[in-house]
Amino acid sequence: MTMVDDLREGTELPPLRLPPITRTTLALFAGASGDHNPIHIDLDVARSAGLDDVFAHGMLSMAYLGRLLTGWVPQHRIRTYRVRFVAVTPVHAEPTCTGRVVSVRDGRATVALAVTLADGTTTLTGEAVIDLS
Amino acid sequence: MPVDPDKARALAFPPVTVTVERGRLRMFAQVIGETDPVYVDPAAARAAGHPDLPVPPTFFFSLEMESPDPWSYLADLGVDLRRVLHGEQEFSYHAMVYAGDTVELRPRIIDVYTRKGGALEFLVKRTDIRRDDRLVAEATAVIVVRDPEVAS
Repeated sequence: MTMVDDLREGTELPPLRLPPITRTTLALFAGASGDHNPIHIDLDVARSAGLDDVFAHGMLSMAYLGRLLTGWVPQHRIRTYRVRFVAVTPVHAEPTCTGRVVSVRDGRATVALAVTLADGTTTLTGEAVIDLS
Repeated sequence: MPVDPDKARALAFPPVTVTVERGRLRMFAQVIGETDPVYVDPAAARAAGHPDLPVPPTFFFSLEMESPDPWSYLADLGVDLRRVLHGEQEFSYHAMVYAGDTVELRPRIIDVYTRKGGALEFLVKRTDIRRDDRLVAEATAVIVVRDPEVAS
């Protein structure tokens, strides 16, 4: 766990590299997360919406990024955590979660967050505010 | 079909009361590949000073999914779930929540707006999460509705 005294602007979090997202991952995440939207698990529904395939839940990527944060600071220090889902994550994608401290002031650190895929696509950008007091 | 902003803002969501289950938290941790024992092993959680397994940062979204039909509000607004994308998600945290805790979630629509000449409609849903009447977290979701009938 990081010592919060060591945080400064520009500090990079250790990246979190995930294995390829399988259809099994999506089925299990649907059950575990309670998000049963069939667009993520049922090819017939995806096709009826004009898509070629199912795609991963945005909240799966946000959960991976959450691991990046809680692996770095104790969870109770996280004050806010927000993301924008900027591109869909296809099946078999290999996400990498990254974070960088962009400001430290008034006892709080702001961390810029991103999830990128192996082909360079950014799927998610975000920000977390960490309490350093 | 365009979303009626007045109807969206006036939607009455039934409050959702959920008791956090240890098994669900463990399954969630396993699926996302969480290896920190604090999130899977109650003994490790207690050794770290927690009363039980903590609710991880994004599981507050899942608590709302415990509602009997979490997307019925979209149907009420005439929105086809297949046309919906999750645009943004934000959490504000005020206290840790643990397995065994009972929380009450109260969602409401706080904003509705359109982009691209109505081809994209945005619903902003805010959910207050309380334990023993104290606010422990707020979750805000931006839901994007693609309207295929509006030429972009």
